[in-house]
Amino acid sequence: MSDAPTAARPQPGMAAGALARVAVLPVGLALRVLDPPMRWLQRAIGVRRMAYVFLLPNFAFFGLFVFLPIGINIVFSVTGGTALFPSERPYVGAEQFAYLFDCGSYLDPSSCREDHFWRGVANTTKFVVFQVTAMVLFSLITALVLNMKIRGRGFFRAVYFFPVLLSPVVVALIWKWILQRDGLLNAAITTLGGQKILFFVDPGWAMFWAVFVSVWAHMGFYTLILLAGLQAIPADLYEAAEMDATPRWRVLTRITLPLLWPNMIVVIVLALIKGAQTFDEVFVLTGGGPGTATLMVVQYIYETGFASQVQNFGLAAAASVVLGLVLFVLTLLQFAAARRKEI
Amino acid sequence: MRAVTPVITSLTLSLLCATVLGRPAAAETTTLRMAWYSDGNEGEVMADLLKRFHEQNKDIEVVLDQVPYKAVNENLPVQLASGQGPDIARVVDMGGLSRFALDMRPFLKDPGYWETNFGPFLEWMRPAGDTQAIPGFMTQLTVTGPFVNKTLFEQAGVAMPGGKSTWEDWAKAVKEVAGKVQAPFPLAVDRSGHRFYALAMSQGTKVFGANGEPDVVDDGFKRAAQLVYDWHKSGVMSKELWGSVSGTAYRGANDEFKNAQVVMYLSGSWQIAQFAKTVDNAFDWVAVPNPCGPGGCSSMPGGAALMAFKTTQHPKEVARVMDYLASEPVLAEFCARSLFVPGHLGLTKKGIDYPTASPEAAAALKIFTASAGQVSPLAYRTQGYVNSRIIFNAVISRLGQAVSGETTLEDAEKRITADVAQQIAERNKK
Repeated sequence: MSDAPTAARPQPGMAAGALARVAVLPVGLALRVLDPPMRWLQRAIGVRRMAYVFLLPNFAFFGLFVFLPIGINIVFSVTGGTALFPSERPYVGAEQFAYLFDCGSYLDPSSCREDHFWRGVANTTKFVVFQVTAMVLFSLITALVLNMKIRGRGFFRAVYFFPVLLSPVVVALIWKWILQRDGLLNAAITTLGGQKILFFVDPGWAMFWAVFVSVWAHMGFYTLILLAGLQAIPADLYEAAEMDATPRWRVLTRITLPLLWPNMIVVIVLALIKGAQTFDEVFVLTGGGPGTATLMVVQYIYETGFASQVQNFGLAAAASVVLGLVLFVLTLLQFAAARRKEI
Repeated sequence: MRAVTPVITSLTLSLLCATVLGRPAAAETTTLRMAWYSDGNEGEVMADLLKRFHEQNKDIEVVLDQVPYKAVNENLPVQLASGQGPDIARVVDMGGLSRFALDMRPFLKDPGYWETNFGPFLEWMRPAGDTQAIPGFMTQLTVTGPFVNKTLFEQAGVAMPGGKSTWEDWAKAVKEVAGKVQAPFPLAVDRSGHRFYALAMSQGTKVFGANGEPDVVDDGFKRAAQLVYDWHKSGVMSKELWGSVSGTAYRGANDEFKNAQVVMYLSGSWQIAQFAKTVDNAFDWVAVPNPCGPGGCSSMPGGAALMAFKTTQHPKEVARVMDYLASEPVLAEFCARSLFVPGHLGLTKKGIDYPTASPEAAAALKIFTASAGQVSPLAYRTQGYVNSRIIFNAVISRLGQAVSGETTLEDAEKRITADVAQQIAERNKK
């Protein structure tokens, strides 16, 4: 046994404390350097105006990376040609928008001059309807199950959230590998005596898998929101229902769903916005095909602006403005839903 | 702590001094950037040649940026338009990028050498109306043509059609072979406008009207489009290439061919090195002459060029690099090691030995070199036309829709005409 006093031994807590002190050293130094000018500024402009000073860096960042690009996009949408710099592009007014909206019937893309844009709109609408419905339904069911006292609950919560952490391109490549002619799924089908299915050649199958993969990849995020909502419902309501011997179905429809509704609204609107912006997963999975069966609006914008031989930035920018307006309306809906939730 | 501080300070100062004063004479070295895509081993060969160039020219270093083919087609034009592009790049859309090209004549050692050896191909790189500029040279001349899995023909007991056979003869034969050996792709054609035009040329398309402007959808074009459409309906072609993606996306059948799933694959001479490596001894493959039609047997020429760009800050150094790479012995070595058909008239006349080529690759090179000699003037004109890729892209995008059953062939043909007119008008807007 050693006679040395225990206080002399290095404690793990002490090491961590020392490390923390070293880590915050630069922060302390920076604060010391900034203190005098900030005090001077506060004396000069007054305490109330100091809030704007603190907001300024964020405003500058937001303006530079959000508002300026939006402005440039709007400028591009009223110009033509293939030049890159706005100063070299001829002003064409609303010509790009007129070209986009030149249709015999908006319900028949083949009657439109720019039919690919309208096929993109129709596909995106179809995708959003199916994807949001499936997303909300499966997220809700998963959240309800994960909220129950089941064995391995923590493990399953992690499992359902895991795909959210993957890159959309990785997700699409994995599923492409599973679904291709000689992929895993067709291997399983042929092993069971069936015929290979060319999933990416049939428009119906291609859209189905686009929706399926999207739901698989993002469901964990929405499940998490709903799970948080479920856990916020007071337990005494369920206890009261149990004492009254209320049937489970009635508990679900009269207690759970009404109290979860504000979260559901947030999930629906967020899924709508995300669905309308869909690009990477579907692009990698199906390439927009077969034909244009899974061509989405964002892919149309990308191809018009960058992938086509004549890089038509003006038309792509006009389509972006249209999409931006739709997203703006959806975002207003989200704000309204969030406000309603707070009330 | 007090004892340590002076030590740290002196160490830091020493390091700073060493960094600032001890630097080699880097300021005298000019660094150039070359964007490069590869189909086979040509990237490795180019890296080797550039290393050798640097050993002989210590004042110039060329950084080889190996990028995907897609990046050269999609990102490079934007980079160049913004003035941020590389000094040199290997490109296929020579006409489309000609507005960014550097006329190297004032900086070249002997512009006459370039005119003599690259003359016909320089037109492909020059901006419209320019008959003098020298912006680069062809790293390879390509010709479209079919590769055939000979082993599948032998296994099926079907005789391969001969040299002057028509597309219909081949379609019938490959369908029979595929049926007997259960191959899923009797005929695969790259989803590429360039490859479609190999068929269209043989069907007698004229591409241009009497006024010299594009008149894409003529009788020859319609015959070719109908063949592609019918082959998809009858199962000669699988929808997995032309019908499974949208827009202008390129789709090849390299993997399917090397996995012996394709009986006949219409691609081109640039695939030789890759097939020699990936197929190896798995099966016997051969290149065959382009099948014929009412318009003849011409295939489509093409290729990749190494072009210099006017945004470069070092035109003299760029010209020195280009002079070296375009010189006859260096280019001969490049083509021999990469298994490329040279786009250099002197080398074409002398012929190139391909010592590393396998017997299959050597035979294929012979076939493609012979095909290059039979390319029609119209095919050369189409390839050199500044808006050729607008036509090619409109064709694959719209024909793909017809093949997938989304539109009729007639609608697709009307859209092709409209798309070409609209895109050329947009490009001409000033």
